Amino acid sequence: MAEPAHSDEPLLQTPLHAQHVALGARMVPFAGYDMPVQYPTGILTEHNWTREHAGLFDVSHMGQAFLVAEDKSHETAARAIEALIPADVLNLKPNQQRYSQLLAEDGGILDDLMVTRVGAPGHEGWLYLVVNASMKEQDYAHIEARLPQGVALRRKDDLGLMALQGPSAEAVLAKLSPEAAGLAFMMSADVQIDGIWCHVSRSGYTGEDGFEISCQGKDAPALWNKLLSDPEVKAIGLGARDSLRLEAGLCLYGHDIDPNTSPIEAGLIWSIQKRRREEGGFPGAERVQREIKDGAARVRVGIKPEGRAPAREGTVITTPDGREVGIVTSGGFGPTVNGPVAMGYVAKDVSAVGTDLHLIVRGKPLPAKVAAMPFAPHRYKR
Amino acid sequence: MTTRYTKDHEYIRIEGDAGIVGISDYAQSQLGDVVFVELPSVGKSLSKGDEAAVVESVKAASEVYAPVSGEVVEVNSDLEASPGTVNEDPAGRGWFMKIRLTNQSELDGLMTEEQYQEFVKSIS
Repeated sequence: MAEPAHSDEPLLQTPLHAQHVALGARMVPFAGYDMPVQYPTGILTEHNWTREHAGLFDVSHMGQAFLVAEDKSHETAARAIEALIPADVLNLKPNQQRYSQLLAEDGGILDDLMVTRVGAPGHEGWLYLVVNASMKEQDYAHIEARLPQGVALRRKDDLGLMALQGPSAEAVLAKLSPEAAGLAFMMSADVQIDGIWCHVSRSGYTGEDGFEISCQGKDAPALWNKLLSDPEVKAIGLGARDSLRLEAGLCLYGHDIDPNTSPIEAGLIWSIQKRRREEGGFPGAERVQREIKDGAARVRVGIKPEGRAPAREGTVITTPDGREVGIVTSGGFGPTVNGPVAMGYVAKDVSAVGTDLHLIVRGKPLPAKVAAMPFAPHRYKR
Repeated sequence: MTTRYTKDHEYIRIEGDAGIVGISDYAQSQLGDVVFVELPSVGKSLSKGDEAAVVESVKAASEVYAPVSGEVVEVNSDLEASPGTVNEDPAGRGWFMKIRLTNQSELDGLMTEEQYQEFVKSIS
């Protein structure tokens, strides 16, 4: 058996590092942080627990920042970020959150991110951004270099972030903050939990109902322990986070989306609201508008291998007669599906659900079909 | 009954002129939940160090190398339906394949149980 590679780079720690170690987590390097890939019960159990109860994830490695308009105008802040992303930020209601992508001039995806119009009193003209851990330095530099006068980026490296996901998440949170538990999907609120200031949004990365909770890093261990003290809640590592998001059909940056993919190829048109599709005014708008009109030459699809063998990232996809038509960008075993699942990019002519494909795994063609995503139904609280 | 180990964490338990091959308890614990095992076909001829099988956890695929040279005379096809057996009972029901050795002296280069346990301690 092959040994995993080790890096000698000094690793950063989240405010919850000691909690992971105390829980017996297996720690691995991820995006420059020493992160829990799994706890002693293992990925399958953690995955299933999240689908059936509630999982608690430390995602403090992600980048949290504010975009602040000096003139306290939402429009000023919204226009500044809309110059970089294709989402409609201008029409966000206070406390509303949206998923979007930082785009390059050619329409390639530089990162994906969450944007929230801050609703707390005294914060007019503030946007709250959450970006990927591995991309935050690049993202912040990219954003700062393109901000107009009067709009500033404020990194919040002192914040912690955790996600509470699963069908029991609402009931668990209701005991601590009825206001947070009553949020609608993609809405947020500032609340107190046990005297700790928290910014809670109804969102996540598992396909389940749930919440993402930001707080001061120094308060994160107390909040983590409070949430974990509920018997419905167990700590969940990055391994299950990946299998959960894969079954939910959600993109992982650097794998399913990157500078070589456009939001339309990636099937993210739903994240580009009508006004922006029509008006453009974001990097790569010309390509995005063209691909909306004519279709992209290749598209991201779900792929269901027919046997039991998982097809991993990088697996070549062919037609049954051997024509190479694409590549797997995420693939593995889906515990809820109880079988292998994958996603990848294929040529448009073989992208219809049900199309027969072959996956070349260890030199052998394995039959597979284009499948509808998500593989496990979304259970968001709409 | 003699069991020998490789530094890639395969074991071989000698039974006459053949050996039962699997992965160690340490290996299964490092892999985590095994969800798929690909076994060689019976009759396949392997040289020591060849890729003999593939074991996949939720996260990743790993190769299982032949600890000795020989012919595959039997495989544990129960693993196709119940790959988790590798986690539950790696030394018993979670075996991978039976190899008829072509060169008994290759066993001399492998670790004894005691040496392997020392080796595991040194890397963990």
